Amino acid sequence: MRLLCPNCGERDLREFYYQSTAEALIRPDLDAEDAVWDDYLHNRDNPAGKTEDLWYHEAGCNAWIVISRNTVSHDVLDAQLAARKRLSNEGKK
Amino acid sequence: MKLYRPLPLIPTGGVHVLELIAKSPLASLLPISCGSVSLSEDVVGCISLIASKKGQEAQLSGVLKAAHGMALPATNRVTGRAGARCVWFGQQYLLMGPEPDPSLNSVARLTDVSDGYAVVLAQGSEIEHVLARLVPVDVSRAVYKRGQTARTLIQHINGSLSRVSETAFQIIVFRSMALTLIHDIERAMQSVAARDRL
Amino acid sequence: MRLDQDSLVDQNFPIKFQFDGMSMTGFAGDTLASALLANDVRLVGRSFKYHRPRGIMSAGSEEANALVTVGSGPQQEPNIRATQLEIYEGLEVFSQNRWPSLKWDLLALNDLAAPFLNVGFYYKTFMWPKSFWEKIYEPVIRKAAGLGSLSGQANSERYEKAFAFCDLLVIGGGPTGLMSTLQAGRAGMSVILADEDNRFGGRLNSEKTQIGGVDADQWVNTIVRELSDMPNVRLMTRTAITGAYDQGTFGALERVSKHLSSPNKHLPVECFWRIFAKRSVLASGALERFIAFPNNDRPGIMTASALRTYINRYSVSPGRSVAIFANNDGAEQTARDLQAAGVQIAAYVDVRADARINGDFPIYRGASVCDTSGRLGLEGITVRHAGQEINIAADCLAVSGGWNPTVHLSCHMNGRPYWSESLLSFLPAENAIPGMVYAGAVNGHMSTRACLQSGVVNARSIMKDLGKSAAALKIPDAEDYAYGIGAIWSVSPSGKQRSWLDFQNDVTVKDIVQSVAENYRSVEHMKRYTTQGMAPDQGKNSNVAALAVLADATGKGIPETGTTTFRPPFSPVSIAAMGSEGQDKGFAPERFGSTHQAILERGAPMIEAGLWYRPSYFPRPNEKTWRQSCDREVMMVREHVGVCDVSTLGKIDIKGPDAGHLLDLVYTNKFSSLAVGKVRYGLMLREDGHVLDDGTTARLNHEHFLMTTTTVADSLVMRHLHYVHQCLHPEWDVSFASVTEHWTQFAIAGPKARDLLNGLLDQSIDNEKWPFMSCGQLNIMGISGRLFRISFSGELGFELAVPSRYGDSLFRILSARVEELGGCCYGMEALNVLRVEKGFITHAEIDGRVTAFDLGMQSMVNRTKDCIGKAASQRRGLNDVDRPRLVGLKPVGSVKQLTAGAHLFTLQDPAERIYNQGHITSVAYSPWFGYFYGLAFLKNGSERFGEQIKMVDHVRDIEAICEVVPPVAFDPDGGRARA
Repeated sequence: MRLLCPNCGERDLREFYYQSTAEALIRPDLDAEDAVWDDYLHNRDNPAGKTEDLWYHEAGCNAWIVISRNTVSHDVLDAQLAARKRLSNEGKK
Repeated sequence: MKLYRPLPLIPTGGVHVLELIAKSPLASLLPISCGSVSLSEDVVGCISLIASKKGQEAQLSGVLKAAHGMALPATNRVTGRAGARCVWFGQQYLLMGPEPDPSLNSVARLTDVSDGYAVVLAQGSEIEHVLARLVPVDVSRAVYKRGQTARTLIQHINGSLSRVSETAFQIIVFRSMALTLIHDIERAMQSVAARDRL
Repeated sequence: MRLDQDSLVDQNFPIKFQFDGMSMTGFAGDTLASALLANDVRLVGRSFKYHRPRGIMSAGSEEANALVTVGSGPQQEPNIRATQLEIYEGLEVFSQNRWPSLKWDLLALNDLAAPFLNVGFYYKTFMWPKSFWEKIYEPVIRKAAGLGSLSGQANSERYEKAFAFCDLLVIGGGPTGLMSTLQAGRAGMSVILADEDNRFGGRLNSEKTQIGGVDADQWVNTIVRELSDMPNVRLMTRTAITGAYDQGTFGALERVSKHLSSPNKHLPVECFWRIFAKRSVLASGALERFIAFPNNDRPGIMTASALRTYINRYSVSPGRSVAIFANNDGAEQTARDLQAAGVQIAAYVDVRADARINGDFPIYRGASVCDTSGRLGLEGITVRHAGQEINIAADCLAVSGGWNPTVHLSCHMNGRPYWSESLLSFLPAENAIPGMVYAGAVNGHMSTRACLQSGVVNARSIMKDLGKSAAALKIPDAEDYAYGIGAIWSVSPSGKQRSWLDFQNDVTVKDIVQSVAENYRSVEHMKRYTTQGMAPDQGKNSNVAALAVLADATGKGIPETGTTTFRPPFSPVSIAAMGSEGQDKGFAPERFGSTHQAILERGAPMIEAGLWYRPSYFPRPNEKTWRQSCDREVMMVREHVGVCDVSTLGKIDIKGPDAGHLLDLVYTNKFSSLAVGKVRYGLMLREDGHVLDDGTTARLNHEHFLMTTTTVADSLVMRHLHYVHQCLHPEWDVSFASVTEHWTQFAIAGPKARDLLNGLLDQSIDNEKWPFMSCGQLNIMGISGRLFRISFSGELGFELAVPSRYGDSLFRILSARVEELGGCCYGMEALNVLRVEKGFITHAEIDGRVTAFDLGMQSMVNRTKDCIGKAASQRRGLNDVDRPRLVGLKPVGSVKQLTAGAHLFTLQDPAERIYNQGHITSVAYSPWFGYFYGLAFLKNGSERFGEQIKMVDHVRDIEAICEVVPPVAFDPDGGRARA
């Protein structure tokens, strides 16, 4: 499998570390309810289709990357730097 | 088992009677060659990590150019030449050669890592075949031209790989893994050389 | 029998080899199969289940019968297909699955017991009693099972892996693949052409035919010559594409030196390639299939195309009197080639009443072969024709049941091939592999001319896609027959004879019918119940016929029945090749510190810590055991001073105006308030509230911190810091640099630590200017270094760092000086004892399941700020008093030894899992206290000091009574470290 790194281009899977779905980017406030933290920490969808994952280009540029891909076809649809995505999300708030 | 033998007492008292002796990470391992490919230690001098201060990338390039004669490299690129080179290094840049000019401090944060890395020059007409056994990136001349760099794997080791000429690559890995790096590259060199004789 | 005619073997170059100890001669260009046939060896192996005598049934990688073992000792390799094995001088080959010999095989009794060994035999027979499963049934079945075997010795031969990249991968170097490659190569595309054979040409190597007015092999040579002159084309022979994976990734196995008599020792046996291709052309051709007629498995029965290969390519006739049994027009060529070679044709049997064959030999139209005879090799066949059964003498039978396109790679990403009624076979599904197109016979083009055309058309469509162009290749004249076929899958027996489908796993027509009778009717169930298609050939020879028999038995059509899933690899791949990058030292990088050589010179045995190598202890001449050295080192540190290389701990420079904010978020405690020149211990949690790592962080400057991590968590913590910065707070202006390797750092610990330093530093230090937990820059012997007053031993301690180029030199000086002061260098063993006595934790304690609360460090979770893991760490379950909590243990009973990993029980409870109260994480013999001392996690432990508890080590069979004590045994008020 090959993944797309916004810095380095398409690279072999072996260079990447998988973290979780991209929901990890939206960290609840400290005083958020337990249920919110439970969802954030433990509850995950398991979609057949499009998913957004958080990967780390550990053997490459050390960027954290949000990769959209299809779990059925294994197509990689998009890749964005997590930092950029996070900043643009903040901008939208 | 070889057992320790106490060293003779060292005279003390004078200023700097004792001297710390520098030792390179590769001195006892290189050079080696096999077939058309050779490996040698690239003695580059000072190595500094340059992290741009937030929003100062454009200024940093200008200051770097004024101070050391090369612009900040684009992603996956190298600027400068042997003796004074700047390598894109993922989140930061690696300035290799000169001691960094103090003017850089205004736009960047510098960290001396001169002793943190082993730097190898791998060259020869079949270097691409050797690297094809180690690196999961297309390093063929047509797509990986001089001035191109990649942060990738060299066998199992995270490292930096830059093409510095038609037939030469500079490989940078953490100092502690020098022996493994040489072992892995040498094995690939031997295999490529043996295929030549098929 | 060797024929006297020109072919691709060179009869001027004889090659000697051995088969089961018998010396034989073949020629350059022979495979083992062709050489054996030339030596009139027909019996080559025994079948898997019934130990039936078997011969050579194909001429390619699909071979199911002729599997042999090559070599002996560590290099011994089983299940090599004789049809692919190129002979070389000195080759030693052994037949398999027979005892005591190939001709007299005791387990051939299984064949007589066949009525009892039918499908499902194992499932039905070895059910009861349960107590027999592991002790009796499994050993017996294992002994009888399997084909060839490995030597059990480690093999030191080299294997290798490699990566390749291209615009276009052409899979298969027959007429189709050659045309595709030439077309794309002329357009300047980077092309890889791979074929599993040792030469390109595919079927053309086996046929007497002409292309463009010249002999086929001459045509092939001309094209290959042009391709090899193209710098943009890479030609890979002996290379099987074994799997198609995501994003244009392909696995390929190259046999590099398996055909060489004495290869260079640096030459790998095989190379496992990962090929990354933007586009691919599958030109894998088609495989001829068998017909399931009674006793169709005798040595001497082979596919018609294999027979032609042996005659035309290798100048070998597998028999002197050959019969042909076919259902399609392709076999006509077999008859013509036999006649041209001067081999007698005993009979031509075609199932079709209107077969167009004509010739000067007995022809039976509308007939079938309904039985064969010959114990160790074919002697005769029985032909059922016009209501009669006729016996005909023949020592070879060429069978053609039609052709199966080699669709396997198209199925590796879940593509389902579709049924073609006109070809009576499956064709690859469109777009089953992104970027792959199908050309030639695999796509149903059965004539040579149609293949040539298809190769060009498909290459041009890819060129158009990628924006490349070149003049269209002219299609040369070539054989262009229409392909006619009549359906036949099996011939019913007249008695109880069995008709084989899967030769390798001994699955017969009867087994499939039985499977349906027992209601295993779906193709996937049938496969698993009968094991059809599960042998090394993965059903290449049997799947389609087995499906047809299944469809017939269930009354469904073949398209509705469908196929089972073809998975990678296409042909067997040795584990040695796939794992080549992990061979020997390739298993993992070794990390050596700058002091490694100097440490070795002092005779210290090294132990692994993560990837690092660290000294275990430094033996002195009178010391006979590690414990003696370790005890001495501990006491020297406690009484005098010791030196230990601690460079392997991770060191991360954290710089920038937001460095303090970042540290406040990643550590439970506060760092933004740390004064410049001070060090603080920090605890790091995962977001789920469990401890990630710990270590000290120093503030070297207002915007410059230096974090230390544990040795194994170096890269993990770096990843975590990048995560927190990039994913949670990209607005922060902060940067990280790993300086682990730039600095070589020594712990100098013991009452005389300051004395040792003061003899070496350029400025002397005292307790006032350098109090406990202070840090700063200073010079040592003229070199700029860093000093941290921290202690992992409980003693007055410092850590001194210099650039790594001076590490070796400084270690040599320190180790001499420390001895002058009555101290020593100490290794990991002593370091561990010192820290256990002091109750300091390592990853033995913080094993991923432990919270700050468990460690008694809940007060380190700062109440006034957020941190990673804070919300979760406050959950009730993570603060339950009954959680296992850190305690110390000392033995108080007659057994004095404690062991790490042992479990804890109350004195009254039996030592059973449900009564488990906790476990011991670290144990050290303390020479200071004179007893074993352990750290443990004990249920509600911090409330149980003074209580007696039972330690039980079930593995080492040790039971000891211990007293629960506070974890910090040595100098609990910390006065020594502050001295």
